[in-house]
Amino acid sequence: MAQPKKKTTIILFSGDYDKAMAAYIIANGAAAYDHDVTIFHTFWGLNALRKEAPVSVQKGFLEKMFAKMMPRGADRMGLSRMNFAGIGPKLIKKVIKKHNAMPLPQLIEMAKEQGVKLVACQMTVDLLGLKPEELIDGIEFAGVAAYLADASEGNVNLFI
Amino acid sequence: MNVAKVLDAKGLACPMPVVRAKKAMDELESGQVLEVHTTDKGAKNDLPAWAKTSGHTVIDMKEENGVLTFWIQKG
Repeated sequence: MAQPKKKTTIILFSGDYDKAMAAYIIANGAAAYDHDVTIFHTFWGLNALRKEAPVSVQKGFLEKMFAKMMPRGADRMGLSRMNFAGIGPKLIKKVIKKHNAMPLPQLIEMAKEQGVKLVACQMTVDLLGLKPEELIDGIEFAGVAAYLADASEGNVNLFI
Repeated sequence: MNVAKVLDAKGLACPMPVVRAKKAMDELESGQVLEVHTTDKGAKNDLPAWAKTSGHTVIDMKEENGVLTFWIQKG
């Protein structure tokens, strides 16, 4: 097939485990459809890109507070419903295992393997006081113009 | 039917059957046939939809003891 590739773009705004899971399942599906796929992470969605291990970086007081209060990495994110102070995610992960579905960290790994472009919104990275070293490798940093350039050619554009 | 490759996707849930099928298909030449086994009920609609959109053809399909088998010819 010589036709130009179709494009899927997803804005991941949410920092909820379940919503991020939906985003990454769609992204992986779209990659299997041979689409060029971009996930643009902004605000709370950036937490999905954080490394699980703490990284020592120079930060001000507010940035340190933000870093402490936000989940460090995809596996620590909460549910949008029935979070029950952290018990909900444990239950969901149990059910995911039972049904042989893929947990979020593996979905992210697979998305990278499939060549899904993972983008962190530079402006919100700065707002939340995150440093590039704190985010997983292999991602890009960009702004609204880069997103719009992708989205204006997008066949599927989602905001989650 | 000449099957060039067999993909065992049994026990895998959405989106894995389609992801694996895509990977397997990438290794085939146009006209070759991929046989896919899956237990994901969603795949009944997913695989034909994926095949159609990706330019492949579902030649045949059967369901036996909860296992779905597809024969998909690469476009």
